Amino acid sequence: MSDAIEIRGLRKTFGSTVALDDLDLTVRAGEVHAFLGPNGAGKTTTLRVLLGLLRADAGQVRLLGGDPWRDATRLHRRLAYVPGDVTLWPGLSGGEIIGLLGRLRGDPGTAKRGAALCERFQLDPSKKARAYSKGNRQKVALVAALASDAELLLLDEPTAGLDPLMEAMFRECVAQERRAGRTILLSSHILAEAEALADRVSIIRDGRCVETGTLTELRHLARTSVTAELDHPARLDGVTGVHDLSTTGAQVSCQVDNTALTEVLALLAAAGIRTITCQPPTLEELFLRHYTTGPQQTAGAAR
Amino acid sequence: MTGLAGTGPLIRLALRRDRFMMLAWIYVTSAGVAGVAYWLGQLYPTAAKRDLLASAAGTNPALVFLYGKLYGDSTGALTAWRYGVWGAIFAALMSVFVVIGSTRADEEAGRLELIGSTAVGRHAPLTAALAVTAIGNVLLGVLVTAGLILTGQPAAGSAALALAIAAAGVAFGCVGGLAAQVASGARAARGIALGALGAAYLLRAVADTGSAAPLTWLSWLSPLGWTEQVQPFAGQRWWALALPAGVAAGLGGAAYAVAARRDHGAGLLPGRPGRAGASALLSGVFGLAWRLDGSTLAGWVAGFAFLGAVLGAAAKGIGSLLGSSSVLQNEFTRIGGQTAITNAYLAAIMGLAGLIAAAYATSAALRLRVAETTGAAEAVLASTVSRLRWALSHVTVLATGTAALLTSAGLAIGLGYGLRTDDLGEVPRLLGAALAQLPAALAIAGLTVLLFGAAPRVCVGGGWAAVVAALVIELFGTLLRFPRWMIDISPFTHMPKLPGGPVHAAPLIWVSLAAVALTATGLTALRQRDIG
Repeated sequence: MSDAIEIRGLRKTFGSTVALDDLDLTVRAGEVHAFLGPNGAGKTTTLRVLLGLLRADAGQVRLLGGDPWRDATRLHRRLAYVPGDVTLWPGLSGGEIIGLLGRLRGDPGTAKRGAALCERFQLDPSKKARAYSKGNRQKVALVAALASDAELLLLDEPTAGLDPLMEAMFRECVAQERRAGRTILLSSHILAEAEALADRVSIIRDGRCVETGTLTELRHLARTSVTAELDHPARLDGVTGVHDLSTTGAQVSCQVDNTALTEVLALLAAAGIRTITCQPPTLEELFLRHYTTGPQQTAGAAR
Repeated sequence: MTGLAGTGPLIRLALRRDRFMMLAWIYVTSAGVAGVAYWLGQLYPTAAKRDLLASAAGTNPALVFLYGKLYGDSTGALTAWRYGVWGAIFAALMSVFVVIGSTRADEEAGRLELIGSTAVGRHAPLTAALAVTAIGNVLLGVLVTAGLILTGQPAAGSAALALAIAAAGVAFGCVGGLAAQVASGARAARGIALGALGAAYLLRAVADTGSAAPLTWLSWLSPLGWTEQVQPFAGQRWWALALPAGVAAGLGGAAYAVAARRDHGAGLLPGRPGRAGASALLSGVFGLAWRLDGSTLAGWVAGFAFLGAVLGAAAKGIGSLLGSSSVLQNEFTRIGGQTAITNAYLAAIMGLAGLIAAAYATSAALRLRVAETTGAAEAVLASTVSRLRWALSHVTVLATGTAALLTSAGLAIGLGYGLRTDDLGEVPRLLGAALAQLPAALAIAGLTVLLFGAAPRVCVGGGWAAVVAALVIELFGTLLRFPRWMIDISPFTHMPKLPGGPVHAAPLIWVSLAAVALTATGLTALRQRDIG
């Protein structure tokens, strides 16, 4: 069992709205997988299908080797979930909710481990849920998930509402969980978080997965930005793989396809390099590449 | 006046949001009044026929308990008797829901915080809510007046009845406005306001059926009693309308005073901290359902016990209301005398207890839908709890709770009546009479569970429509000679009229089976659909 989640060609519609359209997603056991996309791209719908709350219209979905719709309760024993929009029972205290969720998952040890985590996250477990701020409600759900003994964590925008200190604490916890061998699917639109935590990344747009792989792999597909100060002007225009070229006197800057890097650097070296900066693409740039272009172009680029 | 800035847009917002709910209440109430007037005119066209109905109705304690006292014997007076108090109750329910919906409920949901951050005055939300309630009640009053005049009733009486109903609506709107400021949440606020409405009904019922003269003044303490005291179509005591107007002004002022002093999101009573961990009671989904519903249920049980004890104690000597009409005395003696009258009174109370228990059961069943729409169900269903177990936890609570309510009512009525008559043998007899209503109450809740599983979008409206339909059929079905099939739709029609009536096992079994079948079908459908 090497894949914790395997989704092929998943489709889900609500009336005439297509929420998920031929979505593929693979999460390997033991990895932290970032599931990136802007609001409304279909991240939460995918998670709800994985939880068996929504029924897939088409496609194959395997979760921990089972069918998330038919084997829902059996599979839920092995996963913990943090919803994107945390709703708690207003009359119950945070500590009660953490204990309750643990027992509902059939894991009474959650309460004990949760108490320690509450301290780390500076959460007062005796407060009623109606008195918690958004960030504190988020902490209750996070503590309940992190304190569980589940092998798979499904986290839907888990750091929404957390302050920077708590966000750092969360990253520490995720790193610790990965070392302990847990699989984590982290849905997010915070790229720095994904860059810091994720082994692999999937980018979703309009209900389909447009890019997936390790950050290194994704960077290979993208362009490196090159800025150089030269002794003599270089003749880069017309070279295949060079984009957005701008030349100001002896200063040149451009975006270079990674396949053309050798050729470009040779040309620059021939012109005499005084200074040079080569920047690998940030996740931000990868992401923006998919979202600033129109749907038609991206569909083409994805093929 | 900066405290009221932005009231106009908020009024438009509330009208936009509540328009269908308000129009439904207004339609049911005004069409109900006009319909009752029309059918009474058709069914009892002559003065002689009306006289017979009037002398029977004005003296039958069961009817006086349910509807109030009858003043006069014209078609209009009979209409005011049959629908005056209940029209006022409907107007009050509409007003309470509208006011709390756009004050406390919005505050709890955080919407009011967003609104408060704009250029909206501190008092604007409460003012807008009360204004919308006033608009709704004015529209209701106009339609009731028009409906009555169209069916041929005198204009003055029509206007008096309409004003009495609308004034009660506005007064209870202000009760809701104050409750919204005092309580710590929307649920508690609705509980306080509806509790006040129940207390007003109880006061009126005790005052009207009270055999001793000292009790009749209680009617002047109840806003629902004032609706009767206006005496439409029987001379019209216009000045009695000043009472609800004064109460509305007083409670409204108190609501503003509290609103000016309290913090946003807080009630007058501070919230208590909870436990740091889950106790052994909160051990699973069934424990959770009890925890969520238990305190509400305890309140209902206490209310049923209190009401039952009072009404049971009032049952002794109920027949002295019969008055001196020897014809009627003979008639009642023929059908069983004093015992039959007391039994009819007690059976009417049992029927009403069953209907209110059905309302509780429906609200408990709708907890499922609330959990689904707020997202709380997601947390439970993402654990190892199956949909069936989750739904069953709530169904168990509602079934046990409904049985507890009727048990409480039966025991309290039995004790109240038994202690007054020195015959505690009444206790098991009346407990059985109350529990005989259980299958019907559960069948109504079963319909809600079916809708929740099969058509979740309409389950809130459909569930409450079933409760209101059963209530209307129980109250008006026989009098207005609804078609037989329509009366037969209500499960309560098939329950034995106890104490006193005959008991047949077949209808009890069939209605119980229907309740189980509706619930089971709903739960099956729930397993097949999307959640959320």
